[in-house]
Amino acid sequence: MSNRATNLLVPIISVILGLLVGAVIMLVSGYDPLKGYAALWNGIFGDLYTIGETIRQITPYLLAGLAVAFAFRSGLFNIGVEGQLIVGWFAAAYVGVAVELPKIIHLPLAILAAAVAGALWGYVPGLLKAKFRVHEVIVTIMMNYVALHVTNALIRTVSDGGDRTGNIYASASLRSEFLQNLTEFSRLHFGIIIALVMVGVMWVILEKTTLGFELKAVGFNQNASQYAGMNVNKNIILAMVISGAFAGLGGAMEALGTFEYVSSKGGFTGIGFDGIAVALLGMNTPLGVIFGATLFGSLKYGALNMPNAAGIPIEIVEIVIAVIIFFVASGYIIRLLLLRASAKKKEAK
Amino acid sequence: MSFLEVLYFIVPSAIFYAAPLILVAIGGVFSERSGVINIGLEGLMVIGAFVGILFNLLYADTFGSATPWVALIAAMFAALLLSLLHAVASITFRADQVVSGVAINLLAAALSIYLVKRIFDKGQTDFITERFSRYNVPFLSDIPVIGPLLFKSVYNTSFFAIGIAVLAWFVIYKTPFGLRLRAVGEHPMAADTMGINVTRMRYIAVMISGGLAGIGGAIYAQTITNDFGHATINGQGFMALAAMIFGKWHPLGAMGAALFFGFAQSLSIVGSSIPYISEIPNVFLLILPYVLTILALAGFIGRAHAPLAIGKPYIKGQR
Repeated sequence: MSNRATNLLVPIISVILGLLVGAVIMLVSGYDPLKGYAALWNGIFGDLYTIGETIRQITPYLLAGLAVAFAFRSGLFNIGVEGQLIVGWFAAAYVGVAVELPKIIHLPLAILAAAVAGALWGYVPGLLKAKFRVHEVIVTIMMNYVALHVTNALIRTVSDGGDRTGNIYASASLRSEFLQNLTEFSRLHFGIIIALVMVGVMWVILEKTTLGFELKAVGFNQNASQYAGMNVNKNIILAMVISGAFAGLGGAMEALGTFEYVSSKGGFTGIGFDGIAVALLGMNTPLGVIFGATLFGSLKYGALNMPNAAGIPIEIVEIVIAVIIFFVASGYIIRLLLLRASAKKKEAK
Repeated sequence: MSFLEVLYFIVPSAIFYAAPLILVAIGGVFSERSGVINIGLEGLMVIGAFVGILFNLLYADTFGSATPWVALIAAMFAALLLSLLHAVASITFRADQVVSGVAINLLAAALSIYLVKRIFDKGQTDFITERFSRYNVPFLSDIPVIGPLLFKSVYNTSFFAIGIAVLAWFVIYKTPFGLRLRAVGEHPMAADTMGINVTRMRYIAVMISGGLAGIGGAIYAQTITNDFGHATINGQGFMALAAMIFGKWHPLGAMGAALFFGFAQSLSIVGSSIPYISEIPNVFLLILPYVLTILALAGFIGRAHAPLAIGKPYIKGQR
């Protein structure tokens, strides 16, 4: 079997295994897996409204996945997408409520604010990695908590002690009557277009620019890149900054499109962590991220239908997602088994 | 409030918050000393907390006042089983250890809430009735200053945690097992050449980390929250991970760091009733442990070296 085919098969097999494990857990705990997965399917594709909402749900996953994938390609593991997304969410919402401007200025300004906030949150671990060789995994985890507490405090300050800001001005909103009418008044918004454009942006950066070449080179082998005259430290920082900007944009999707406000949070949104899974499933390529985000966004939104339609807790889908990540990470063993299987086939011939 | 009164107020509560962190951080020390990153500590703690509470609720009538302690054992085995999954993925299947740890965290959070909803038909469990009891240590609590500071109305679990830390120090630095553990984490090929079974050592280390994290989670749930829901553990595992790094992968260092984090956490909770501290906006106290960890990592508090072979699967015969 060709390498390319196995590369494609690993995520597909992982997804199937994940769904199988989910079915077994449902069976063991006395639920009907067929009913459960039917409810999931209807929750994703049931009618135009659910399809609209599913696409809306996919939007932030696209950007979170891009953020993780972009860092991965430069040899960095950005677990901080969650925090970067949270600060982006806050920044966009803040710009949305603080001033009222013509839409042509206000909307781009709010989006930019989110990207900058996320980039800043990525800059810190990038800088520490470049200057002090501090492992970015731990720093980004810590930055997540800092983001959570700081934005909660800022929200309280901005809203005079309240739990959420007011709604953003319409001039900063991504909502679109056209898309809403198309999907029986779902909350589908223009963010999906921004997210897809960003997929293209990532592809261009990685494949068509010197910067992208250098980032990938640093990801493959830092020493060789250094020897070739590349500024490794600068590239590490840049990779984290760009990754953070993608994540911040993911927050803007929630702030300007889905919710149109920001509220203080008791815990993480989970979108950033799922971004890791999205990127892994997509093999860290821009196109793969579309695949991963579509799968996760659909699963997450579709799961909401499971308690009502089948009486099954939505957490079953979270379990499925965890198992999928587990198997994608263990790609080595799947590859090995595939290799054995194809070797046997050859012998049989 | 005099300075001493403030101390009487805050030191016991710091130790109280530190106890679970100590155990989980020590667990992290074992795993990482053997060369396996364990980001999954958070998830292992979640499972420990869930099983601890569940066991406590189910068997309170059977075991009476011993219930919380027996629940610790149940929690230990549950988390140990889950850690086995991390071990299989990261040691045998050569998975990226960080990714596998992330999967463990997601799995634990989802599985425990799934089961809570299945069993209790709601998002969190009932409150436990059998709890760890506080008591005054005889004689020691009568010592002036130190008595009320360290030995008045304390939990046994705090002494247990400190005992484990000392024991872990002894095991890692004074026994052949500890030497092998460290060898496997620093230079697995050399260890292999000397006849040490790298895979087996790593499995044992990850399982120890799972067991300790499970106990830590159960202690946290049974002393601090007294029920289980999605926000019960809420980052404690990552705090323990930070404490481990802060403590430079050394059991006693990890204990010290955990005590310090316990102090920071109790400050953010009881701080509002303490003069001066109540004037600091709460958010600064909340982010203190995380910011300090970042600063510690950046080398402002002295360099530490992670075990050399950390994060790398050991593949026999490959250089």
